[in-house]
Amino acid sequence: MNICWKWLTAPRWSPYVAGVGIGVLSWLTFGLMGRGLGTSTTFVRVAGTLEGAVAREHVEANPYYANLLVDRPIVEWQFALVIFLLLGAFIAARLSGSTFVEHVPKLWAWRFGPSRTLRYAAAFLGGLVLVFGARMAGGCTSGHAITGGLQLAVSSWSFLIAMFISGIAVTFLIFGREGRAHV
Amino acid sequence: MFDQIFADPLTLFYGALTGFLFGFLLVKGGVTRYQVILGQFLLKDFTVLKVMGTAIVVGAVGVFGMRAMGMDVSISVRNALVVGNVVGGLIFGAGMAILGYCPGTAMASVGDGSRHAIFGILGGIVGAGLYAEAYPMIGARFVDSIDLGRVSLDSAAGLSPWWVILIMATIAVIGFPALESWERRQPKPRRP
Repeated sequence: MNICWKWLTAPRWSPYVAGVGIGVLSWLTFGLMGRGLGTSTTFVRVAGTLEGAVAREHVEANPYYANLLVDRPIVEWQFALVIFLLLGAFIAARLSGSTFVEHVPKLWAWRFGPSRTLRYAAAFLGGLVLVFGARMAGGCTSGHAITGGLQLAVSSWSFLIAMFISGIAVTFLIFGREGRAHV
Repeated sequence: MFDQIFADPLTLFYGALTGFLFGFLLVKGGVTRYQVILGQFLLKDFTVLKVMGTAIVVGAVGVFGMRAMGMDVSISVRNALVVGNVVGGLIFGAGMAILGYCPGTAMASVGDGSRHAIFGILGGIVGAGLYAEAYPMIGARFVDSIDLGRVSLDSAAGLSPWWVILIMATIAVIGFPALESWERRQPKPRRP
């Protein structure tokens, strides 16, 4: 009991333990629920629902939206997953007594200064590019890299390699080698 | 649309449970932090690769194991739409370098205290909408133009999936300690 509590309240676990946990979680989603971990489709559901509230016919006529939203529930398995991601993370952070709050990360502040507005704008733009790319690729780090990766899918391994190459290249373009002293 | 808002309660419960555990594990793994993800792309902190690699190998052993035991784990592999997968992956990597999270870790990082990630999530919703609007123009013509079908690494190489899993596990067992010794040789972060 005591050991269990100590473990639950630890700020960090070994990355291998967390990795094993996510791997075992994927056994549950595959074996029990008949699904694979994923998140980025939910962003399309939210966008389509918001757009559909003002232009329903337009959304229903779009094959990409229609496939996900016509004759299907909006809040389904993955939608619930995405909402509870936040709650699970919140509980994990609170259990460890974390008071961490971040508006502008250290590395960013070193390169671009402490402006919150600039960082928020960049985060917005980054998120836009990120999910646009995820939808073009057909998945993100959870849906492609983990779910597809563990099924040894060629599509997912192509995505995974492309994502890492681009992430490394763009990060070095933005922050340079000097950035390595600030992470 | 709008005829049905919620799926059945069991499905929602399963989704919520999965999300809760996933979010918990992402925080404990340290991958809900901007500095950790950017540390990965700067090739200094390999936490992301360790979490992801371990999850993939462990997940593969379980899922192929369940199949070998005759359980019905029938989730089909996605079609290899190579142009979409690779170009989408390149765009995704650029977005991840700017935002510092992927979609799942962005959601979890908000629970872990990141405020700027909230703007990343809002941007993500706009990005998803833009893609849906662009799809009729670029879908068939570009993204889905090369379709190799539901191909997997084992079927492409003509090997048993267990050989591929064994190769991946071997790379992990040799590679992760090597990365750790690389990490120990990196300079400590400076005070800002």
